[in-house]
Amino acid sequence: MSFLSGADMTGGYGGADILKGCSIEVNEGEIAVIVGPNGAGKSTAMKALLGMLDLKQGEIRFRGKDISGLTPQDRIAEGIAFVPQTNNVFTSMTVFENLEMGAFLRDDDIGETVEQIYELFPILAEKKEQLAGELSGGQRQQVAVARALMSQPAVLMLDEPTAGVSPIVMDELFDRILEVRQTGVAILMVEQNARQALHIADRGFVLVIGENRHTDTGAALLADPEVRRSFLGG
Amino acid sequence: MEAVTDFTSALVLLLNFIVVPGLSYGSQLALGALGITLVFGILRFANFAHGDTMAFGTMITILVTWWLQSKGVSLGPLPTALLALPAGILLTILLLVITDKSVYRYYRQRKAVPVTFMIASMGVMFMTNGIVRFVIGPNDQRFLDGERFIVRARDFKAATGLAEGLSIKVSQGLTIVIAIILVALLFWFLQKTRTGKAMRAYSDNEDLALLSGVDPDRVVLVTWIITAILATIAGTLYGLDKSFKPFTYLQLLLPMFAAAIVGGIGNPIGAILGGYVIAFSEVIVTYAYKKVFIYLLPQSLEPEGLLQLLSTDYKFAVSFVILVLVLLVRPTGILRGKVL
Amino acid sequence: MTNTRKTQLAFAAIAVLLMIIGFAQSWNVSLGILNLCLISAVMALGVNMQWGYAGLLNVGVMGFAALGGMSAVLVSQAPIVEAWNAGWERLFIAAFCFGGTIAATVFCYRKLAPGRNRNLALTLVIVAGLSLTRVFLDPAISSIEAIEPAKTGFLGGLGLPIIFSWLVGGFVAAGIAWCIGKVALGLRADYLAIATLGISEIIIAVLKNEDWLTRGVKNVTGLSRPVPYEIDLQASDWFIDLMRWWHSGSLAAIDASAGQQALKQFVIDGSSIFVKLCYTGLFAGVLIVVLLLSVRALNSPWGRMMRAIRDNEIAAGAMGKDVTRRHLEIFVIGSAVIGIAGAMLTTLDGQFTPTSYQPLRFTFLIWVMVIVGGSGNNMGSVLGGFLIWLVWIEAEPVGVWMMQAGTGWLDESNALRLHLIENAQHMRLFFMGLVLLLVLRFSPGGILPEVVRKQKNTV
Repeated sequence: MSFLSGADMTGGYGGADILKGCSIEVNEGEIAVIVGPNGAGKSTAMKALLGMLDLKQGEIRFRGKDISGLTPQDRIAEGIAFVPQTNNVFTSMTVFENLEMGAFLRDDDIGETVEQIYELFPILAEKKEQLAGELSGGQRQQVAVARALMSQPAVLMLDEPTAGVSPIVMDELFDRILEVRQTGVAILMVEQNARQALHIADRGFVLVIGENRHTDTGAALLADPEVRRSFLGG
Repeated sequence: MEAVTDFTSALVLLLNFIVVPGLSYGSQLALGALGITLVFGILRFANFAHGDTMAFGTMITILVTWWLQSKGVSLGPLPTALLALPAGILLTILLLVITDKSVYRYYRQRKAVPVTFMIASMGVMFMTNGIVRFVIGPNDQRFLDGERFIVRARDFKAATGLAEGLSIKVSQGLTIVIAIILVALLFWFLQKTRTGKAMRAYSDNEDLALLSGVDPDRVVLVTWIITAILATIAGTLYGLDKSFKPFTYLQLLLPMFAAAIVGGIGNPIGAILGGYVIAFSEVIVTYAYKKVFIYLLPQSLEPEGLLQLLSTDYKFAVSFVILVLVLLVRPTGILRGKVL
Repeated sequence: MTNTRKTQLAFAAIAVLLMIIGFAQSWNVSLGILNLCLISAVMALGVNMQWGYAGLLNVGVMGFAALGGMSAVLVSQAPIVEAWNAGWERLFIAAFCFGGTIAATVFCYRKLAPGRNRNLALTLVIVAGLSLTRVFLDPAISSIEAIEPAKTGFLGGLGLPIIFSWLVGGFVAAGIAWCIGKVALGLRADYLAIATLGISEIIIAVLKNEDWLTRGVKNVTGLSRPVPYEIDLQASDWFIDLMRWWHSGSLAAIDASAGQQALKQFVIDGSSIFVKLCYTGLFAGVLIVVLLLSVRALNSPWGRMMRAIRDNEIAAGAMGKDVTRRHLEIFVIGSAVIGIAGAMLTTLDGQFTPTSYQPLRFTFLIWVMVIVGGSGNNMGSVLGGFLIWLVWIEAEPVGVWMMQAGTGWLDESNALRLHLIENAQHMRLFFMGLVLLLVLRFSPGGILPEVVRKQKNTV
């Protein structure tokens, strides 16, 4: 049984269903990646796991418990962290304050976690007193991921973390994400850059119009000629 | 030697008629604008009821002051109103929390557009205004007691031998001191405490704050509490310095809005800066410089007119012109505030 | 219940209320209220154009109404020749300087590259220009105001029939609205609200303080009328004959000498009712014209575009509609209507008193009318104008009566009782706010909600 799973999810934002019986799961210490063409419902699937849209059917389980009825806030308190695609840092607050906000629900000492984060993202230690709004795009993404990690989540969900950053920064971000996996966190990611993402993925989901088209390990999907032809541009 | 005393006299004149009144009026505006900017930053609407919130808090303070005075309680040289302030603050908090629960919360839950909140705030303004006029009447009320002056013009003249006197009223001194303490406390709260940071985060990025586990109801509640404290104190200080009249407080809306926008709406430092910018502009533009120039210029060049740029009746025009200039040149305000 | 049915019922109810007031208090009072209802309705129509059609928040209704009032003075008062003689040269030079300053400012703004130099040049031009203007204006003002300050002390007006001022008031309000719209439209929605709040305060300040223009707080009384005077009516044979015929039934029942007395009283009462009826006719005419034009405009392609912009500015903008320009148009037109209503109000009052312009009465009350009546619905605004004015006027006596009844158990001279009765009138502000909030919450469309035309044949 998997750590966080959404089974047979169907629903949308009112109107037509965006998800049609889609299933996603991720385990501890694993990177799962959702890829697919535009409008496939990738981000929607992730938001469904977080409880940001009403599902008509389907069940979300976390640590073996049914959490379908919980609000997003409650799910965050349970140990799920989410990094939105845009507007994912507090621009008017310093890097350190962003980290503090990430740990908002914790009442223990956060010093140790902050040190771990600084080890993971050395640039943040350097810029800790700077306003997040003044950082470059890549640095901001790091702040965003770091903010989410501050709550010591069991699951980290990233919505297109590499959107709009340069290829070099993208590689660096993927390296960081691999390092985060080392700490035992389950990582679920939506990615446009399917090829690179599947390279680091332990598990990949190819969604098409709200349904699972292919599900396998990242390597296997990369090797699958049909996936290559249809979704990876040959 | 005479040139030096003349120059000093001119300086004292400016100090007496521009710097001191500007500082105290600016502090009052800054405290008022802080309330507007906080509500704007957290609840995201321009609160038209703010002037009347100030009037309400001040009214309660006045009533309690009168009661204390009738019991013979006094603070010696300081105005008794200071003792009555906590009561005014408490009831104003109550008023704002009740309005939030009964009016604004409904629209918040439905994620209504800011304009709806604004119109609702007009309704609240009407009601608060009605209550204030009903309880204390529409007329001028004075409630200042204790010592009147910190520095008297007569004493100053005697001490310095200058022809011009400097007078600082107790209410002016109090305003400046209290404003400094209050602003320091507010910034400490916003920068250092958990709730303060949650408020800043919520104002910066509501969705992300929710994702971080910030409780929106709590943030809103604290915002109203702080607004009530600021509004009551600002209103009481203004009333002590000038006088209390419900209509004046309604009219204060314009300079307060101007201060908040000029500084950069949603930005607390901007609100304070804006308050002083507006206040000093008003005072500088409406002061008659005749006497200053008499001191500074040789007798042959003495000016004929009052040398007043604008009559005091147009002080609202000053806030407005500055507001328009800022809107034209830099719509985000001096310190970048929120842009839609 | 359909809107048409509701409209009929609502207006019937108002008619009944006015009749009750007519019978219970007097027809004079009832007609007086009706006239103000008509003016309020026109004002509400203006606000409804801005808010209901376009979603623009004008919190400066008071200012535009006051501009209309000022126009009434400037159009109808006879020119004060001595004052003109005393100051006209300087006044014209001052006006020329002022115009020159504006032209130079615009020129600098357009021709110079943005930056510090331009800002410096602009500041210089404005300061120098305004100082120069003051050099001529100040002595002109003092010489004008020196001419018989107790009686006139101002320039007077054009000496035209006051009815022209309704048009002029509309144009003046439109001009100011254009200036303010140029600055504040296209920015955040609430900036327009605050800018209009500011401009209205300034307009009132100008009207209060520029004695040479409007006599300021000394007021202008005895404005000419578009309708006959009671005194003249009472002296005209046709009117006396009219009254004799109207009351022939009751006059026939009493003997001749008492009949003469009664007829005299009938003529006196009748003359003031007749004057009010004349006003009612004029105001109703304006209301109907404005209403018809509004309805036509709303249903025209232009109106459709307005609503499209209101409902989704971004989409409308993407389809090539110039949102800011359309907003400016409607803002100017709406303000003009408010200006017309302001001129009508001053005409009815027969005097111009700048201190009577209070934001709660002139801005926010009109807003209550629009919201309660139904924003976006013209008939709704008219209804709101009638209803809210009736409530506003009658709330005062009713409030006092209620307080008297409620405190009847207290002693006549009880301080609390006296206070409550004295301040009861202020409670109507409270109730207006309450009504606004209740409607906004439980029936956000108002009494007559906007009619949303459903597209036919939706798949």
